[in-house]
Amino acid sequence: MAGTTVLGRLAWYVATVVEGRQETRTARTLVLNVPSWPGHDAGQHVDVRLRAADGYTAVRSYSIANAAQNERVELTVEELADGEVSLYLVRTIAPGDPLEIRGPVGGWFVWRPAFIEPVQLVAGGSGIVPLMAMIRTRAAAGLQTPFRLLYSVRTPENIIYAAELQRRESEGQGLTIAYAFTRATPAGWPRPPARIDAAFLSEAALPAGEDPACYICGPTGFVESAAALLEQAGYDPKRIKTERFGPTGGIS
Amino acid sequence: MTPDPPIVSPGFVGRRRAGSATLPPGQYLTEDFPVLSAGPTPTIRLDDWKFALTTESGDVRTWSWSEFRALPSVSITTDIHCVTRWSKLGTVWEGVSLDTLLEGIPATASFAMAESYGGYTTNLPLADLRDGKAWIAFRYGGEDLAPEHGGPARLLVPHLYLWKSAKWIRGITLMRKDRPGFWESLGYNNYGDPWREQRYWGD
Amino acid sequence: MSKDSFVDGNAAAGALLSVFSIDITDADAQCAACGNVAPVARSRVYAFEPGIVLRCAVCEHPLLRIARGTGRTWIDARGLTYLELRTP
Ligand SMILES: Cc1cc2nc3c(=O)[nH]c(=O)nc-3n(C[C@H](O)[C@H](O)[C@H](O)COP(=O)(O)OP(=O)(O)OC[C@H]3O[C@@H](n4cnc5c(N)ncnc54)[C@H](O)[C@@H]3O)c2cc1C
Ligand SMILES: [Zn+2]
Repeated sequence: MAGTTVLGRLAWYVATVVEGRQETRTARTLVLNVPSWPGHDAGQHVDVRLRAADGYTAVRSYSIANAAQNERVELTVEELADGEVSLYLVRTIAPGDPLEIRGPVGGWFVWRPAFIEPVQLVAGGSGIVPLMAMIRTRAAAGLQTPFRLLYSVRTPENIIYAAELQRRESEGQGLTIAYAFTRATPAGWPRPPARIDAAFLSEAALPAGEDPACYICGPTGFVESAAALLEQAGYDPKRIKTERFGPTGGIS
Repeated sequence: MTPDPPIVSPGFVGRRRAGSATLPPGQYLTEDFPVLSAGPTPTIRLDDWKFALTTESGDVRTWSWSEFRALPSVSITTDIHCVTRWSKLGTVWEGVSLDTLLEGIPATASFAMAESYGGYTTNLPLADLRDGKAWIAFRYGGEDLAPEHGGPARLLVPHLYLWKSAKWIRGITLMRKDRPGFWESLGYNNYGDPWREQRYWGD
Repeated sequence: MSKDSFVDGNAAAGALLSVFSIDITDADAQCAACGNVAPVARSRVYAFEPGIVLRCAVCEHPLLRIARGTGRTWIDARGLTYLELRTP
């Protein structure tokens, strides 16, 4: 339950890429098979370690995208210009290749089916990944806990999981979604391209009065400003959890 | 824990240039300038900037930004080596030699502690700051030194690992007895010579 | 443009777990400098290799410093007055 402590040595697993799925022009989901994977909570991440033939290694963190399901782990990676690890994961690694991962880690930025309060999710760019794990975990458990997702992306083409999000919203199980497009909108979209601001929040987010649990994830700059906006709008800072992905490359 | 044999990621080379240059052991070549900081980037207005040299007897000599910039400066072309295993060749800096700043200081001290805005510290033998081996740099690649790289000014001691080249430098204190700095007190080598791969205590 | 590249304490979960063998990101920590109490996950992580610095999100004072060399790990927890772990 809440606050499960993870005991025991943290090992590196050798996962095998089962499938690579292009989500957008720049984002790809890797489906991994991880023998003896212990399972995970929605919101947790893994550390990925790449090793070149001469021994050079690079380690990065990636959120887990799927609901726990046996030995299956899905990661969704957005490629960054000149990104050392993301480019490899999006463009090079192929089904059948090994991938070293360590995890699952992070017992704080998690959502569990036992949590009953309404949930406000705020994603910037690839920050959707751990929030998608929460959406999928909720659906897999057959729950209708109110979930509201605010998703900031550059253009409609940059929406990761677009079709699945649309399907899950239309199922009418208590998941609602509002997009903020920062560069280009769909034709006829009421709001011109802009970042998430106070006006958008008050219109699109669950009211502060409902005291939702808030999860914000994305590039560091995006998370900084979204968290500040929520606090200013009266959301309880203690109920705002953040996951910063690192320096902003303007992904949101 | 590394699996045995280590798992190689097929097709992964990393962002490195295949270099023929000789690098210190365990180092890899990079063309970017990765940003590594032990803390937040301080905002320092040039009007408020001060550099203080404190001798072992407690005498303090300070320079304002304009006084500091009025000192003779030199151009430095050097290789730099970070303990995170990247090296960058032929970087071009402009700075004031520590010889200039230490001129006329009757030093019986053998050690120095570099101190930064934000609280970072690192210790060095005073000899490593003398004889054209160390500078307070304020320009990198022809431009004012960017805050994330230590601007307005940083220490540059390129013959040692880069954690010795304190960013956002605000002073140097001379010491008769050695004391460990921020990282040196926690496992990092007291001297940090990349050519002898002195990364940790006892290396 | 000076963008600090810190991430949340939560992002260091893997590194911390490999050092402590229990997940301390969920634990409450008190800052020895300002007294603030918050989960380790809410601290700010700077520098990653070979040394990690976790700083108080309120006053930026270092809470925990960890350096890892081959076969050795150094931990400086002077910045913490206490750590409250949830134990089963
Ligand atoms: C807990 C956690 C979970 C994460 N989950 C995911 C995830 O699910 N999907 C995902 O795609 N990424 C995720 N990230 C980010 C990921 O770890 C890497 O930082 C990212 O893939 C860049 O690595 P790289 O090696 O490709 O880029 P690097 O080679 O390290 O950097 C390339 C360039 O991009 C810049 N840059 C570095 N990181 C970012 C960033 N996050 N945003 C914008 N610019 C950046 C650098 O300054 C540099 O100029 C997560 C990060 C954390 C801390
Ligand atoms: Zn504090």
